Amino acid sequence: MKGNEVIAEAAVRCGCDAYFGYPITPQSEVMETLMALRPWETTGMVVLQAESEVASINMVYGAASTGKRAMTSSSSPGISLMAETLSYLAGAELPCLVVNVSRGGPGLGTIQPSQADYFMATKGGGHGDFHLIVLAPSSVQEMHDFVSLAFDLAFKYRNPAMILADGVIGQMMEKVELRDQRPRRAREEALKDVGSWATTGKAGRARNIVTSLDLDPARHEKFNQKLQAKYAEIREKEVRYEELLCGDAEYLIAAYGISARIGQKAVELLRAEGVKVGLFRPITLFPFPAKQLAARAGQLKGILCVELSAGQMIEDVLLAVGNTLPVAHFGRNGGIIHSPNEVVEAMRELRVKNGLYYTWTGFA
Amino acid sequence: MLEIIAPENLAYAKSKVLTDAPMHYCPGCSHGTVHKILAEVIEDLDIQDKTVGITPVGCAVLLYSYLDIDWVEAAHGRAPAVATGIKRTNPGLHVLAYQGDGDLAAIGTGEIIHACNRGENISVIFINNGIYGMTGGQMAPTTLIGMKTATTPQGRQVDINGYPFKVSEIIALLPGASYVTRQAVHTPAAVRQAKKALKKAIEKAYAGKGTSFVEVVATCSSGWKLSPTEANRWMAENMLPFYPLGDLKDS
Repeated sequence: MKGNEVIAEAAVRCGCDAYFGYPITPQSEVMETLMALRPWETTGMVVLQAESEVASINMVYGAASTGKRAMTSSSSPGISLMAETLSYLAGAELPCLVVNVSRGGPGLGTIQPSQADYFMATKGGGHGDFHLIVLAPSSVQEMHDFVSLAFDLAFKYRNPAMILADGVIGQMMEKVELRDQRPRRAREEALKDVGSWATTGKAGRARNIVTSLDLDPARHEKFNQKLQAKYAEIREKEVRYEELLCGDAEYLIAAYGISARIGQKAVELLRAEGVKVGLFRPITLFPFPAKQLAARAGQLKGILCVELSAGQMIEDVLLAVGNTLPVAHFGRNGGIIHSPNEVVEAMRELRVKNGLYYTWTGFA
Repeated sequence: MLEIIAPENLAYAKSKVLTDAPMHYCPGCSHGTVHKILAEVIEDLDIQDKTVGITPVGCAVLLYSYLDIDWVEAAHGRAPAVATGIKRTNPGLHVLAYQGDGDLAAIGTGEIIHACNRGENISVIFINNGIYGMTGGQMAPTTLIGMKTATTPQGRQVDINGYPFKVSEIIALLPGASYVTRQAVHTPAAVRQAKKALKKAIEKAYAGKGTSFVEVVATCSSGWKLSPTEANRWMAENMLPFYPLGDLKDS
């Protein structure tokens, strides 16, 4: 199945209550698949095409405020439009899922794949001090698995979660094992979890108010500290990453999403040449596996960050390992995808130069 | 004296849906009156426990402090989309969106048009005082020609600022909107009439007839720089001829 189709299947099967979306390439198959599946006739899941990304995310906000498992999906320019309400969701501590099948920018950019939304996804993606929980699938199977995982994390921490995919993962076809159908949560069951904050009508309790507004500076500072404590806990408990052949590695390729798949092939090619190289793949981009990467720094001669961007994740890599070893970036932009051989070439450059941070800008 | 204080002699009481929080509104502002009759309607219909309101960005941003129901605070202009998300996933709730004219008629034009066009079974209360109150009295889409505001100090001019925006007339054209009415709360008679309209709006939306849209032409004595009494008079003489009261649609 296609990655985008799998998002839709996984949403229905994990008991999602509502999807609100707006068409944008390269992820329109998500809503198209949902409309074809007609889950409102089976699980009772609501699927609605909104008039804009702004409306979609605000419909998600409304459904989430009542404790429902609500989601949307879009691609880069659409996610920009959602930024304001992502901030409101974090500020109101509402759980939800946003899928970004990212494409090249800036601006209208291109409809081809890209990973240039790393900053937007991990550094807030809206105004104010907040983070999304960000999961980066690198296979169609993970597109499936992370839908359920993202909802679980979102509800556990009452925070919006994002699946940051890219146009390749969204469009490519792979075999996938679909989970069994989980029923949507019944009202009574849901209320045990969300009853203390969800706006479901105040029957039998004091009223609930979902808001991100607090005009009292002292109280609002306390609230911000509470948010930061939550992010600290997420950093502590929810880091997910994968290591491939890192045990004896002298060099690492650090990459997520589709770049990790290409990096995997590059590792294979370089190992065949006798280069001791491994792949370090962050699965959660927030929280970034900083400690886990830093733990490898002592054995390494260099790290090559491979991204479909001008160099975004590399900043988190540098924060993790500091100036203790050469860290370089290799990336392509504009919807062009690096080949494993290009990555191998970039790794050779890194090995030759062995300097401090520099950028390998690609072929002239 | 004390013996006449008995339930059977009670002519008026504060609605139990109103909280005891002192309202922050300026003297003469229509918001307080609309809040009061909204609370009374919720009490009369006995729907306090199954109503969720959506508050706007604007002067009524703190509305959730005053009515004892569940509330969701929306981003500027987005209340109809938030209401859609709540109502679609919770069809058993009464969902009320409360918005001003900056919120609904400017930044939120897209959301209100499409929510009404889809016929979402929600009630929208639209406060039209022709000005941005909270940010200090700037021009709204609804500001009358010639009206002085912080951003039209010489008065609104058509060649620069375009024309005042008649939202209810546009909403009435949409098939999804089943009840569209324009009310006011500047006289006791108007208050009674507006309360009836609110009740009807909420009942129709809950019955699944489509979107109910209640515009309330309102005063902003601070923004208009008039006393409360003068603001009421100015509204009757200037706003109401352009925004005439009455039902625009009842289908």
